[in-house]
Amino acid sequence: MPRRKGAPEVNAGSMADIAFLLLIFFLVTTTIETDAGLDRMLPPIEPPEDNVIIKQKNIFTVNINKNGQLLVEDELMQLKDLRKAAMAFLENGADGSCNYCQGRKNAESSDNPDKAIISLKNDRETKYSTYITVQNELVGAYNDLRNREAQRLYGRDFTKMEAEYLNPETPSSIRDDLKDKVKRIQDMFPQKLSEAETTSN
Amino acid sequence: MIKSRKKGNNVPGISTASLPDIVFMLLFFFMTVTSIKDYELLVENKLPSATELQKLENKDQIIEMYIGKPTYELASVLGTEPRIQLNTRIIGVSEIGDYVLSELFKKPEEIRNLVTVSLKIDQDVQVGIVSDIKEELRKINLLKVSYTVNEKIVENH
Repeated sequence: MPRRKGAPEVNAGSMADIAFLLLIFFLVTTTIETDAGLDRMLPPIEPPEDNVIIKQKNIFTVNINKNGQLLVEDELMQLKDLRKAAMAFLENGADGSCNYCQGRKNAESSDNPDKAIISLKNDRETKYSTYITVQNELVGAYNDLRNREAQRLYGRDFTKMEAEYLNPETPSSIRDDLKDKVKRIQDMFPQKLSEAETTSN
Repeated sequence: MIKSRKKGNNVPGISTASLPDIVFMLLFFFMTVTSIKDYELLVENKLPSATELQKLENKDQIIEMYIGKPTYELASVLGTEPRIQLNTRIIGVSEIGDYVLSELFKKPEEIRNLVTVSLKIDQDVQVGIVSDIKEELRKINLLKVSYTVNEKIVENH
């Protein structure tokens, strides 16, 4: 039988072993990134020059004590009711200047979303997970309202639009278009979440 | 039909020629979706979960900080009070300003005002130390923070 002559073939049998070794090495030394979070802006340390007087009815106070109980507007509240209560407060629209609000226009509650402030206070001994859950509910209240308006105006969720806008891989033409929309929705319900210094008593 | 030379060996062997390809594919997958751990964690870090997340884009605009109890092995040296880890160091609350600023100045000048501090805080930590950290960050005028959390899967009911 005639044999074809040429370079002898390299034995690739051990290739799989080498690749497995590399694979296992990478599995051990690397981690999958979990970088997502609740973005917050801290207040600057210098107090604003003009001392704005805020009416008490425009402030929605949320207190968390060290046992994780919630005191909302001087009443005990369960965590699951917080989002609804915050939404009702934000879109109350007592002075009638907010034409997209669906609130009850209660004179005792906030004038309009622009003036409504949520103030979150907590004890030094509050557990961090409770604190994050409460923050999450409050951000959720804003997001729910913004989503509703974005659905009405543009037919899609605000959170999706914002994520696409912030994604650096989005082409700039789409991003410019989204910028105005995102800005408009944000201005409808500006996020005014004040984190006061914690109390220790 | 070619008869097998050896008697009784009539089951054809499975070809493993494509095995390296498959494994390499897996390897490249893991290489792209993961990142190398820069340093060992010295504190416990079990993140709480939340639903209203925003992704942190641009890894280079982030300063990471871990807060939690020292790990079991280090508890005898560092105690059980929550500690702050920045890069490879355990630092005290009063040193945060200096260390974060020195981290900040390692970054290129044009992105310095976009830097976000990613706070990776263990869920069992008490909020007291968190507000101390926020206070220190306010002093050095780094106001963008992000509480890094895991995504919670919402069940429909």
